Amino acid sequence: MTGASINLEHVGIAFGTAQIVSNVNLTIQPGEFICLLGPSGCGKSTLLNAIAGFTPVSGRITVDGVPVTGPGLDRGVVFQSSEVLFPWLTIRQNVEYGLKLRGTPAKERREKADRYLAMVGLSHALDRFPAQLSGGMRQRAQIARVLINEPSVVLMDEPFGALDAQTREVLQAELARIWRATGCTIVFVTHDIWEAVLLADRVVVMTAGPAAGIKTVEEITLPHPRDQGDAQALTLFRRLRDDIGAEVRRALAQQGLSTEAAE
Amino acid sequence: MTDMSNEGGKIAATPSPSQSLRKLAKYAIPVIAILGGVLIWHIASTFTSPLFLPSPAMVWGAAVEMALDGSLAGSIGASAWRIFAGWAAGVILGVPLGLFMGRFAIVRLLADPYIEFFRFIPPIAFVTLAVIWLGPGEITKIALIFYTTIFIVTLNTIAGVESVNPLRLQAARSLGATRMQEMTTIILPSTVPYMVTGARIAMGNSFLTVVSAEIVSAQQGLGSLIWTARNFARTDWVFVGIIALGCLGFVFDRIFRMVTNRTLRRFL
Ligand SMILES: Nc1ncnc2c1ncn2[C@@H]1O[C@H](COP(=O)(O)OP(=O)(O)OP(=O)(O)O)[C@@H](O)[C@H]1O
Ligand SMILES: [Mg+2]
Repeated sequence: MTGASINLEHVGIAFGTAQIVSNVNLTIQPGEFICLLGPSGCGKSTLLNAIAGFTPVSGRITVDGVPVTGPGLDRGVVFQSSEVLFPWLTIRQNVEYGLKLRGTPAKERREKADRYLAMVGLSHALDRFPAQLSGGMRQRAQIARVLINEPSVVLMDEPFGALDAQTREVLQAELARIWRATGCTIVFVTHDIWEAVLLADRVVVMTAGPAAGIKTVEEITLPHPRDQGDAQALTLFRRLRDDIGAEVRRALAQQGLSTEAAE
Repeated sequence: MTDMSNEGGKIAATPSPSQSLRKLAKYAIPVIAILGGVLIWHIASTFTSPLFLPSPAMVWGAAVEMALDGSLAGSIGASAWRIFAGWAAGVILGVPLGLFMGRFAIVRLLADPYIEFFRFIPPIAFVTLAVIWLGPGEITKIALIFYTTIFIVTLNTIAGVESVNPLRLQAARSLGATRMQEMTTIILPSTVPYMVTGARIAMGNSFLTVVSAEIVSAQQGLGSLIWTARNFARTDWVFVGIIALGCLGFVFDRIFRMVTNRTLRRFL
């Protein structure tokens, strides 16, 4: 499996009369790891859903040159909520779901599911139901369910947002390893600046809404595995924090929440 | 990744004294409640005439008599068959109808005015019409129970379809599900709890319907048993009919719950 390129040209997204995202231009290279950062409510999820094909857009989104018109197997989606696992299926059946839809023979399905479940460290929980798993295990199951389809693009919306710091760290390291192993393109939404610094090739910072756009794009060339103690990483972290901080203050000022920032 | 150490090591549980006591209480207390009720009934009956309130012993005697001449089994069998046939047909048709209506807005809009109208008309209101249209035969009773059931099951299934988690649908779509597969692999299983609830409520209402239908037109059945008892001034027969109805309902509900728990457990 190799990554696909993603191209966003003058992308705008509106819900009724509310323009949420406007004029986003971004080219994502095959196999690149992109983190989307921005103030809460600016439209990160909205933009990700548009790439997934869940919401219609103005402008153009293409994946490997092919316009996005709806959800597709080439783009796997990992959701923030593990509610999206199907509670009536075991973990194995959840992971095999995509293959079963396409009529893959049971034996092949089994082998593949075993492989991907091992990849996310869930070999011991195959026959349990999602409700019997911890939050971190459920998110791993979700990731395995997406990866088994061998998508060229994986879209992740704060997949580790609901987890504790330790579990998150473990899963971040696992994700980085899986990403290198599969070579897929990843677009990863987060509000955790450190997460972005640890994982991304490029960090895209969005402006506060309404009609949010791209504020800055920060390239990160630090070698993996990255460390929070690293001086360069820290410099990057500070810069991103200031960028986002300015946007958050602007957003709050718009809502009349902070007077000091409204110059 | 290798935290397999404490998996599957369930602690073997031997029932402690307090546990088995609780289990005993679970069965003993309802039995005591029933015996207590019968006792109060018995005492009350000694103060009145048998026509007003027959004693438990009299009712028991009547039940034995009717059991021996076969009329009790015949009545129970007739009612049970009608309920089962009408209810099963209603569930079998109501589920796909509900799925279809919940899924396709056009079908829903077409059917909505009728649903909103008929939901306020109890099946009993149709007894006379059913007899006129379908005659006094077996089919009339079954049709009324069918109407009772299909309505409830369809409405519940629609509610189920509407409450399917939209994120699960999105997940299925991006995992490659077609519209049809979305229906069979996501909407159908998500809706099972609603169907089961609908079927169970419909079962209760079917008892209501069967009695009224049998009172109007039936030679046999628990409803007609209760009604003919009036002509002979046999209050004890009325009691036998009522108790038989209650027991039949209890048995039906138990069987239904057992079957759904066995076969549909993972969806509930
Ligand atoms: N279906 C919808 N209809 C109308 N408005 C919506 C809809 N979905 C999102 N919005 C609006 O779009 C804006 C962006 O929402 P979005 O969920 O994309 O934000 P976000 O950047 O992901 O925020 P967070 O970090 O809190 O997840 C919000 O103002 C929200 O109210
Ligand atoms: Mg979001």
